[in-house]
Amino acid sequence: MALQSKCPTGPIEQRWDKHRFNLKLVNPANKRKYEVIVVGSGLAGGAAAATLGELGYQVQCFCYQDSPRRAHSIAAQGGINAAKNYQNDGDSVFRLFYDTVKGGDYRARESNVYRLAQVSVNIIDQCAAQGVPFAREYGGLLDNRSFGGAQVSRTFYARGQTGQQLLLGAYSVLERQIAAGTVTMHSRHEMLELIVVDGRARGIVTRDMTNGKIETHLADAVILATGGYGNVFFLSTNAMGCNVTATWRAHKKGAYFANPCFTQIHPTCIPVKGDYQSKLTLMSESLRNDGRVWVPKNAADSGKKPGDIAEGERDYYLERRYPAFGNLVPRDVASRAAKVVCDEGRGVGPGGLGVYLDFRDSIQRLGKQKISERYGNLFEMYHHITDEDPYQVPMRIYPAVHYTMGGLWVDYNLMSNVPGLFVLGEANFSDHGANRLGASALMQGLADGYFVIPYTIGDYLANLKPTSVAKDVTKDHAEVKAAKKAVTERTKKLLEINGKRTVDSFHRELGKIMWDECGMARSEKGLKKALEKIPAMREEFWKNVRVPGSGEAMNQELEKAGRVADFLELGELMCRDALDRNESCGGHFREESATEEGEAKRDDEKYCYVAAWEHQGEGKAPTLHKESLEFEYVKLSQRSYK
Amino acid sequence: MKFKLNVWRQENAKSAGRFEKYDIDGVTSDQSFLEMLDVLNEKLVADGKAPVVFDHDCREGICGMCSLVVNGRPHGPQDHATTCQLHMRKFTDGEEITIEPWRAGAFPVIRDLAVDRRAFDRIIQAGGYISVRTGAAPDANAIPVSKEIADRAMDAAACIGCGACVAACPNASAMLFTAAKVRHLNLLPQGQPEKDRRTTAMVEQMDAEGFGACTNHLECEAACPKAISADFIGELNRDLAAAIVRSRGESERSGDSA
Repeated sequence: MALQSKCPTGPIEQRWDKHRFNLKLVNPANKRKYEVIVVGSGLAGGAAAATLGELGYQVQCFCYQDSPRRAHSIAAQGGINAAKNYQNDGDSVFRLFYDTVKGGDYRARESNVYRLAQVSVNIIDQCAAQGVPFAREYGGLLDNRSFGGAQVSRTFYARGQTGQQLLLGAYSVLERQIAAGTVTMHSRHEMLELIVVDGRARGIVTRDMTNGKIETHLADAVILATGGYGNVFFLSTNAMGCNVTATWRAHKKGAYFANPCFTQIHPTCIPVKGDYQSKLTLMSESLRNDGRVWVPKNAADSGKKPGDIAEGERDYYLERRYPAFGNLVPRDVASRAAKVVCDEGRGVGPGGLGVYLDFRDSIQRLGKQKISERYGNLFEMYHHITDEDPYQVPMRIYPAVHYTMGGLWVDYNLMSNVPGLFVLGEANFSDHGANRLGASALMQGLADGYFVIPYTIGDYLANLKPTSVAKDVTKDHAEVKAAKKAVTERTKKLLEINGKRTVDSFHRELGKIMWDECGMARSEKGLKKALEKIPAMREEFWKNVRVPGSGEAMNQELEKAGRVADFLELGELMCRDALDRNESCGGHFREESATEEGEAKRDDEKYCYVAAWEHQGEGKAPTLHKESLEFEYVKLSQRSYK
Repeated sequence: MKFKLNVWRQENAKSAGRFEKYDIDGVTSDQSFLEMLDVLNEKLVADGKAPVVFDHDCREGICGMCSLVVNGRPHGPQDHATTCQLHMRKFTDGEEITIEPWRAGAFPVIRDLAVDRRAFDRIIQAGGYISVRTGAAPDANAIPVSKEIADRAMDAAACIGCGACVAACPNASAMLFTAAKVRHLNLLPQGQPEKDRRTTAMVEQMDAEGFGACTNHLECEAACPKAISADFIGELNRDLAAAIVRSRGESERSGDSA
């Protein structure tokens, strides 16, 4: 099947308007006849469910947490970008568009990114009206800060809890729709299968995590807003429950997985401390506004206390290598630079896997009070975890897996290649190319949920007779029953293996392979090694994992086992994609493709495309489909932040 | 480090629970409390026993999912921190540690240490929102909000909805949660049109869920991992009294005209 991006043509600033006008509408009286399933209740899913409910559709919303308010969007700290130009510093829709395409190392669609920049301004209006307590200036107007990869201040924030406040805004409008009866919420439910009938997505199979009940839910369209798959690395900044299961199940039912190897390693996380470690904690990128990153000039000094290293003996390597952007270079650049100095033996802290993020100069310049106002909660979090006070000693940070730019392939309408299956937010691949800029994930999640899907889904539904009227698919349909049976049998199989190894031991082993071979630097040799190890591990998993208890009660080991089983398949596809893309771009750094200065070297001749993988069945190699990327407005060039 | 754990085990909402004792060894001081439980669970699974069910997700103190009463204190001995941010360095080697679920009638146990907190969602459904349709918002800078008010609203909005306030209260009252949610919106200019309706509806829902009344113990404030001030409870009571007075006035006026 050829990939049809359905991007409109013509002047870029008119494309979305023109497209919206051409989309078909569903008569207001008919909307309530259509049922829509939304899986995930974060910024993208919560905003979509609430808005579709408001429009009059019958919405069923699902999340694995005990409340939709706990989706992992809540953990985003630093902020949300919008091209408001409230600071009068030269920002514009075009500049946000340009920065995002460049920041993504020219591997995203121009049309999608332009639309994202356009609706960014509506998002801030919407959230402020909902009562999101954004930071304000004394005059009562909204405050902004700057973020990596931009030379303007366009980031709106609510202390260090921007994601939390935006999510609580979306959650409040979602709860309003639940009270109004347009949205039915199913918390503690995990989607375990997509139901496809005659090539169209028609529903999902879920497991009620409190009692193990396997249920089928039918609808006219299914929206997946289930976040990213960073937990394939075991250690990441994601929440413990984040998983790939919903999108992976959809992939195995025909949806193409695009650019799976594009993962973001965030430069400022608290370093790993021990084998028992369960997750990594992010320290917001906003800290780089006031913190200076350094390591000792000489490897011999890396064991010394930071205070004992004289100013002249410190290497502020980001300021040295990238004088124009300094500590505010994009994430992929900052992470790789940290890896380089640690590989040189100049890393600090246990194992030499850390660099300093130092606030000494800012505290001297602005005072402790000001720094505390800006970052108080982050400093406190750091202190809790490390038992070190960042007001007194510099923070130690190291890169960690944070976000996945890859995801299910979608067209301009956010529909996958499976008709009726839409994918929003981090779960799709669409807007960030090979590297996401800071404060752009919240923007994309809310853009998709509030301002894109409510229009585009109507165009799909308008052509269909609602299931509630046609009654062509019921719970007794053969495909529906088969999907339910597949879930029941897989659950039973996991419980019956009764082997010797815990789920976590497999997950940890997979994570190590992925981090070593498909992490910050990738090579043909390493990726080929991983491609041998992962299938062997998967085979062992299905023979030797131990999942205790029963399927008929709350069983967290069973939940984890199902997710790890999917990660064991995804990991292989990621390595395959990374091997296939023999260029460096954004977060994907192939050792074979670097400039003399060690920067990522793209190969636009060969790789200026989206790699969309089609599943071909168990044990068979997936097929690669290419969607070539055209750039009319942004000139392709070697990215430079010097 | 070594510990003796007393862990609450309960099959489901209907069954009777009990404490089980476990010994755990080889714990390090920089391990988090939940990582200590992970290690216990790996051992239980390896021994063919049922692991301890507990809620957790982000493990960075923001999602509000983790919910353990540790040695009688919701979220354990460390002030202003969730259980997931609690580290073993806060305990003494060899100590006995008792771990229980949130205990409140409105939060039934699902299994072991996991409880059902959907009552909080229903309080929000009653009025914890501003009714603004997607796309209907004016320019964000069209509604100036003084920095003091915005900061104060943010102080209230920082609530993570974990329920520690309920677990800490001898009456299992949800006043701190409800007050934080009500006041966040009531403080802001955007929240004014629905202020009275929101206040009364959310308080009524809180009562209907079976949470107890507030008798000013202030245990909630002490247990709150986000240090939400109990002053908001006073402000909620003031908003509620004003709303009741105003609604009486309204009904008298409409009675006159009838």
